[in-house]
Amino acid sequence: MIVNGKKTAWEAGLTVESLLKAGNYRTDRVAVEKNGKIVPKKNYPTEEILEEDQIEIVSFVGGG
Amino acid sequence: MEKRIPCREELQNALLARCTGEEVKKLRNAEVAVAGLGGLGSHVSVFLVRAGVGHLHLIDFDKVDLTNLNRQHYFISHLGMDKTEALKEQLLQINPWLDIKTSCERVTEENIPRLFQKADIICEAFDRPENKAMLVNGCLELFPEKPLVCASGMGGFGRSNAIVTRQVGRNFYLCGDSTSGIEEGQGLAAPRVALCAAHEANQILELILNDTKKK
Repeated sequence: MIVNGKKTAWEAGLTVESLLKAGNYRTDRVAVEKNGKIVPKKNYPTEEILEEDQIEIVSFVGGG
Repeated sequence: MEKRIPCREELQNALLARCTGEEVKKLRNAEVAVAGLGGLGSHVSVFLVRAGVGHLHLIDFDKVDLTNLNRQHYFISHLGMDKTEALKEQLLQINPWLDIKTSCERVTEENIPRLFQKADIICEAFDRPENKAMLVNGCLELFPEKPLVCASGMGGFGRSNAIVTRQVGRNFYLCGDSTSGIEEGQGLAAPRVALCAAHEANQILELILNDTKKK
């Protein structure tokens, strides 16, 4: 799978939630797109990631 | 000298000196919702109005205070005013014929449908990362067809060229350096915040002017 443009190790059963956890992301500060479509927050625990998927994780920082 | 308010045609003709009639029409017909009127949103709004965008929806619950003056487009005379009103007053000084809607309220998951339904383009210009994420998730879920322009990473000073605009998804654009947040204690200063705001406004103009769909 590709995460933020980089080829990343994949394992069967991987979900958006487990991917975010492994990357130490704060779920209340991110937006996740899978193959160009937003993944709704409520689906993070169940949204499975396949080996061919492209994931974009945007992690927002403060300031404006 | 007596100050006369220019008529609509005069302002329109002044714009025509800088861009084509087709462009002026697209800009005049566009409606942009700006969520958050701090260092980003106040500058984005000023840039869009100067460029000729005709319809703006300004959204913020907050009032102008002293700590805003280091980077936000407000003056001493605005202290204590709602940001929506303080900014509207300034924008009407640039173009008195603007159509401006204001919503002095906090954006929540519940009111996103009502607040952003009508806009052609949504500009995220919040301060806190949780609010940025909430708006982005809400808008991309509810309005996947609407362009959304966001900002993240504009803290500190210098490193001008680290600020970029990136297309993350089909209708999702992100401006900033993605890393310099206020969390690292580097503060926020007018030039770098305005740089990021200019990226947002410039992306919005590109979306309006490249839109081939006829309104």
